Formats: sequence, structure tokens, C-alpha cells
Amino acid sequence: MENSPSYFHEFVQAAKGDLIVQPRMGFCAFSKMREGLSRVKNIEAATIGTITLDSFTRTGDFASAAKAIKNNSALNGYPIVSHGKARNQELIDGLIGTDFPIQVRHGCSKPEHIFKAIVETGIDASEGGPISYCFPYGKVPLKESIRSWQTCSEIFAAVEHKKYHLESFGGCMMGQLCPPSMLIAITVVEALFFKRFGIRSYSVSLTQGSNILQDIAALTALRLVGEKYLGPREDWHVVYYTFMGKFPETMNGARAIMRDSVVVAKAGQARRLIVKTVMEAHQIPTIDDNIEALELAHQDFHDPSTSLSQEIKPGMVEAIFEEADFLIDLLLNLDSKIEIAIDVAFKKGYWDVPFCLHPNNNNSALAKLNNEGFILWANAGKIPFPNHIIRNNFSKEKKLSSSELLMMLSFNQFKYDTFNQAETPVLQHVSC
Amino acid sequence: MKPRAVLTTIPSDSHNWNLIYMQLLLEENDFEVINLGACTTYEEVEQACLEFKPTVIVVSTVNGHGYLEGKTLIEKIRARPELADLPVYIGGKLSTDKNMSYLYSVELEQAGYSGVYPESRKTADFISELKALAKKAA
Repeated sequence: MENSPSYFHEFVQAAKGDLIVQPRMGFCAFSKMREGLSRVKNIEAATIGTITLDSFTRTGDFASAAKAIKNNSALNGYPIVSHGKARNQELIDGLIGTDFPIQVRHGCSKPEHIFKAIVETGIDASEGGPISYCFPYGKVPLKESIRSWQTCSEIFAAVEHKKYHLESFGGCMMGQLCPPSMLIAITVVEALFFKRFGIRSYSVSLTQGSNILQDIAALTALRLVGEKYLGPREDWHVVYYTFMGKFPETMNGARAIMRDSVVVAKAGQARRLIVKTVMEAHQIPTIDDNIEALELAHQDFHDPSTSLSQEIKPGMVEAIFEEADFLIDLLLNLDSKIEIAIDVAFKKGYWDVPFCLHPNNNNSALAKLNNEGFILWANAGKIPFPNHIIRNNFSKEKKLSSSELLMMLSFNQFKYDTFNQAETPVLQHVSC
Repeated sequence: MKPRAVLTTIPSDSHNWNLIYMQLLLEENDFEVINLGACTTYEEVEQACLEFKPTVIVVSTVNGHGYLEGKTLIEKIRARPELADLPVYIGGKLSTDKNMSYLYSVELEQAGYSGVYPESRKTADFISELKALAKKAA
């Protein structure tokens, strides 16, 4: 381990021109986890292995995780802390390398134990962030999460000869119905936070929304905002996530939304794609489901018909860029220390994530979908957007009913299930 | 005075969307809502009941652990004499196995819930129950 290369960082550098595909896989049983990693490694596409952790480990309940290992009971992920160093090293032995990096994904707001286990194991990549792994997952105060993520960044940064990779999950907050400018602002600010505490290889994220043109504009805007605020291009890249909300239930519907996410990733020049499987709406995906999804994404990427021929409406990228730029600039001006600025921005309600019930989120901003699936601000709450942004981008209706919320949450499910009953060419259903 | 609902979930459930939906539904039916948010501890729920004196408690959960932690929650509520008769409802995805929903519903009702709404039951029926409660409270 002493002289091991930066697996994740070097792999991404070398894979230029291809879309790296990655699953969300995590199993409790050692043998199954190893089988999953090994199968992912051996497919043709450029892949990164994923170890997703279980929710006992996420919530710091290591005793229950250890008990589950002992009793052979099923958990919803791999309990990396409780399996211990020797077992973890055995898990990745002969698999990890600059041809196959592995990333640990967890959803924990105070992950010191997890980071120590990652370093001990010899893995060099994880994801999350002080906002994105705190707000959606319970009630741990934002301040505590910020403190913990500072420590975790420093744990990674302390290893001098190796570039550990940290991905911000900020572009995926709440999974859906968050205006893209807020997502971009969160992920870029989390990346700046990582950088401040010594991280030298990082990525920013964004998730698929419900209109392909807005998605491409948003992904393009993220790249431009990143270029404005982040360090040299070789230190960071953009990762895209296939839709994370209520998934289409039909095979063709699921297939179509997965394919559209590749279209967006390709047009928006994302380097990496985190996939979903056709079984998403029905069950926790098996290893086979994941392999199929990775292979499909790889094929779709190399299929000329997934290159978008339509033009993005003029001004769309610029509008998202301007909003995100405004939010980041606002936050950075609140304090010279970003870890304090983040806390102040939310405390004042200047930053506000719609639909997020975390006690430190102001939750007075509201977002809505329009008929075409564009995610728009309906109410800015206390976010002090300038007037012309309010005029240009805000949906006019400020009240939301329960049935309308349900409709918005089911928008993609309905759209893809309805319009893809037969073999439908991709993009046919997009109105623009 | 408006009838008041304490809206909650179970300790391991980090989902938001169901709670946001339920808050809107309760408000549309004229309830004042105290939404305790995701990953709520048993103690927080007990405390909120004593503090806010609600007309009803609504437990919404979708992570599949409702049949386990939902049961512990109602046992703790019913163990307090002052909460013994408080209407308490639970609904959502109560276990990861849909086929077990009916059985678990019976178990949860026996444990002390006033009503149990697995995915298969209609929201309209729940609204009718809410309306009856609101009328009684008025």
C-alpha cells in the first residue's frame, strides 16, 4: 500500500473519450460482494467498482452490523467497518488496480470510521459531502456534519504519495424536484470544501431530471461553473446519475429512461455515469441486473443514435449558469472560510433546498414541474435572487396540493411507461 | 381551533417525500401539522405528543421496517397512560415483502394502532377517518 498508485484518479485520467460506467452495488455477504466486484471488473466497458455500505454502518450502529455478519443475516449493503481490515483487504485482493478502481458509497453524515476503514483497506475513493450526506438523511446538525467531513477530507489528504478521490453527491440532493442551479451550487461548493481541506482529486455530480433538454443544459452549465470556480481540469470531472426518483415500471419505460440518461451524459460531456437497472421499480437489483445495466449504458454511449441532434434553446445554459453562479458567489461572500459560509447560508435561508425537511434547511423555497417536465422555482423563499432571475425562471403558481406533488413525483414514471409501450426510438417523446 | 396532527416516521427511515405528501394531505383536510421529519426517534414522538397534545398521530414509513419499528413505537406510546386513547395511524410500505402486508397490518393493529394503511388500502378511506376525527375534535 505504501507505494500504491492513485487507482481512481489514474483510471479516470486514462479513460478519456469513453464514458465510465458504475453500479450502486452493495451486499452484506463477503462472497457475494466479491463476486459482484469481480463481475463488474470483467465486463468490456470501462467500469469502476462500487461498494455500497449498509444502513447500520451509515448510522454508526457497528454492533448491529457485527451481529448481522455473525448471524449471516441480510443487510442492505457491505458493513466495511465491522468486517475489519484483513477481511476487507481480502475482498479487493487481486481486483483493485489502475485498471479497476473501487469507490465506497455510504450516505453517512459523520463518516470518520468509514474513511479510516477505506484507507486501511487500500481503497482510494469515496463520495458524499457535508451538505449532501447530511440534509437528505435524517437530523444530524449541519455543523456536526461539516466538522466531520473536514476531518474525513483531512484523513484522505494526509496520505501524501497518493491522490485520494472524493466525489460530491451534491448534484443529487433529494433525488428529484430540485432546480438544477441549486444542485450545481451545492456540488461545486462541496468540491471547494474538499479542496480547502487538501483533496487533490475530486468530482462534481448531477442527476437526471424530467426534461432531457433542461438536463443537458444543466450538465453543460455545471461544467462551466466548475471551470470558473474549481482548480485545474485534470483534478476534477463531472459524474452523472441516471434518474433517482420513482422509476418507470415497464421494461421499455425503464430502458428508455436509462438510455436518455446516456444521451444527456454524452451531450453534456460527463466522464462517469452511475446507472440504475430495469428492475429499479420492483426490487433491489441483483448482480445480473447491474451487469446488464452497465453493458447497456456502454453500448448506448457508443451508439451514434444517442448523439443529440437537437439544439438546446438559446439562453438555457446561460440562465442555469447565472443562477448557480449567483448562489455560489453569495455563499462565498458570507465568510472567507467556506465551512462557516455553508452554515450561514442555510441559517439565513439564502440557500434553501426545496422539499428538504432537515431542521437546518429553511424549507420555504418551492420548486415545481411545468407541463414539459422542466424543474422551475415556484417560490424562492428567502433566496435573494435578483429580479430578472425571478421574472425569467419562476413558475407562476406558488401553492402546491398533495395530488400535484404526487403527479410531479410520478412524472417520469408516467411519461416513460406511457410513451414506451412499443419500441420507441429515443427522444421521440420529447417536446421542444 | 383546528385539529392538530403530529406527523412522524420511524427511527431508521430517512425518506422525505412521503412526509411532505402527507403534510399537504393533512393540511388540505384542515389539520394543523407538526411534521417531525425523517429518522425520528421514539423519544421525539413521545415528547411531541405530550407537548403538542395532537388530535391524531400519523406515522408514515416507506423503508420496509414499519412492521418492526412501527410496532415498538406504538408499544411505547400506549405504555403512557395519558396517550393510551390517542388515535394513532400508520401507513406506507410497511415491509419489503408486499405479500406480507396484510398479516403485518393485523399485527400492528393488535399492537395498538387505531388504523393501518398498507399500500393496498385507499387514501380516500384514510381521509374519511381523518374527517371523522376532525369532527369529533371540533
